[in-house]
Amino acid sequence: MSLPRLCLAMILALSGVAVVAICLGETPLTLAQYAQALAHPASPPGEVLWSIRAPRVLVAALVGAALGLSGATMQGLLRNPLADPGVLGVSAVSGLGAALAISMGLAVLPGAIELAALAGALVAGALVVVLAARFREPEALILFGVALSALGGALTALVFNLSPSPVATAEVMAWLMGSVQNRDALDALRALVPMTIGAILCARAGRGLRMLTLGEEVARMSGLPMARLRVQAVAGSALLTGAAVAAAGVIGFVGLAAPHLVRALVRDDPKRLLWPSALAGALLLVLADLAARVIPTEQELKLGVVTALFGAPAFALLAWRASRSWRS
Amino acid sequence: MSAPWVLSEVATRHGANTVLNGASLTVAAGEVVGVVGPNGAGKTSLLRAGLGLLPLAAGEARLAGMSVATLTPGARARLAGYLPQDRRVAWNLPARMIAALGAADLAEDAADARALDALARVGADHLADRGALDMSGGERARVLLARLLATRAPLLIADEPVAGLDPDAQLLTLDLLRAEAAKGAAVVATLHDLGLAARCCDRIIVLSHGRIVAEGPPREALSRFILSHVFRLDGELVETSAGPVLAARRI
Repeated sequence: MSLPRLCLAMILALSGVAVVAICLGETPLTLAQYAQALAHPASPPGEVLWSIRAPRVLVAALVGAALGLSGATMQGLLRNPLADPGVLGVSAVSGLGAALAISMGLAVLPGAIELAALAGALVAGALVVVLAARFREPEALILFGVALSALGGALTALVFNLSPSPVATAEVMAWLMGSVQNRDALDALRALVPMTIGAILCARAGRGLRMLTLGEEVARMSGLPMARLRVQAVAGSALLTGAAVAAAGVIGFVGLAAPHLVRALVRDDPKRLLWPSALAGALLLVLADLAARVIPTEQELKLGVVTALFGAPAFALLAWRASRSWRS
Repeated sequence: MSAPWVLSEVATRHGANTVLNGASLTVAAGEVVGVVGPNGAGKTSLLRAGLGLLPLAAGEARLAGMSVATLTPGARARLAGYLPQDRRVAWNLPARMIAALGAADLAEDAADARALDALARVGADHLADRGALDMSGGERARVLLARLLATRAPLLIADEPVAGLDPDAQLLTLDLLRAEAAKGAAVVATLHDLGLAARCCDRIIVLSHGRIVAEGPPREALSRFILSHVFRLDGELVETSAGPVLAARRI
């Protein structure tokens, strides 16, 4: 299937799922109420659909797309099917930023947690970009990412440890589990700016990611400025991941699984994988959020919990089926 | 007109070890140069240093008269094509897309056409749509050779291009490289099969412990003395109807 056709089919599927996700939710509506919501957006059913559910679905789609695109970029750059947006440690440091903001009582300020999470992501991203410009081996980047991730996790645990208030600790925990509950159009807009810059950087790295298929030396000898490619891909991925964590907390599996869902449809081409992977991520997260809302539980399930619960077994199955093509 | 590849007193280090020491070499257009030597002699380092893929501790490498240190990646790609020893492919890309990586400066349609042409030349046109990870090692080697040919660079450098190939594929590979030389390219290949090197190369460079210890036409470069002192073999090249063959035993 050609790339435009594939993307069009995925956009149609995403639109369909988004419509279902806006229509379904905790508050059941009658057909008359749906009609009222369409005719009068300011009516109570209209408020439910357009002010509560639609922004939530939009944020879920944006976050999923960012994670899917970031995951595909990292897998291409590191030539590793197990790479994901968290591999560089950006998610962990971004989570630390949010945890610090919550424990310092900044949650009362609108947008403060998101800003702190984005600041954490930018600090970690800048550090990884400097390292990416300096070290050419993908293994070195992965190891730095693991170290940064461990440090971010340890410092977040320290925040829990030293937090004087159990309420703040519970808030941090809830935030870290990921959710798009109560997100509004402003949240979507705030996420859109860094995500757009990140997406442009990743898209510009696409051709280089394809050339990296045969290793760094062949890519260099094919005229690819490797340092620039690494900086572009890492900065783009860090911005996408940071913006996603700032908007919805730490959400696993989407960035890892989304590229694998569409890899076969683009014949494994790391360049053509980027946009379908973003759309697959959006589709996955909108579905996961829908599941979080409609699964009857006393408290709404956290998005990160749903993606891990459904994502882990599904990904294991996918990995088992795809393992044949990963041999080298 | 400047020679496609000139190395002047090139030295490289790996940590405290000197892996290449004062290597000088000029490769002219239209010739096939074989680089031979025991394992660890510095063959791959010679190629990589000469292409600017390894930092030089001393000396200078020039492509078409221009120092590799000052060339942009794009300019270097137009002057030299490189086939590394490592045949790993990260993703299951179809052969035509892998071969098209050799023509990365062209638009996608033109690169695809050149890739199909190169695949046909290496006898792998039937593999065009097959994924690289679904191929045998020999088939993948052909596809990677097609990528090198698709570069159409005036200097083609291949690191052990026949390693692991059956005899027919070995001869086909070297015939194809010779055909490129006949069209005007300079070709440099590292080889372990001394008989094959003698049959297929115009000139042989012998490396030992990071130094060029012999250079010249095959029968001169692979003399009894060199075979004995560098390769620890007692024997000589024997002329046959199919070309020179190495008749030797371990010392």
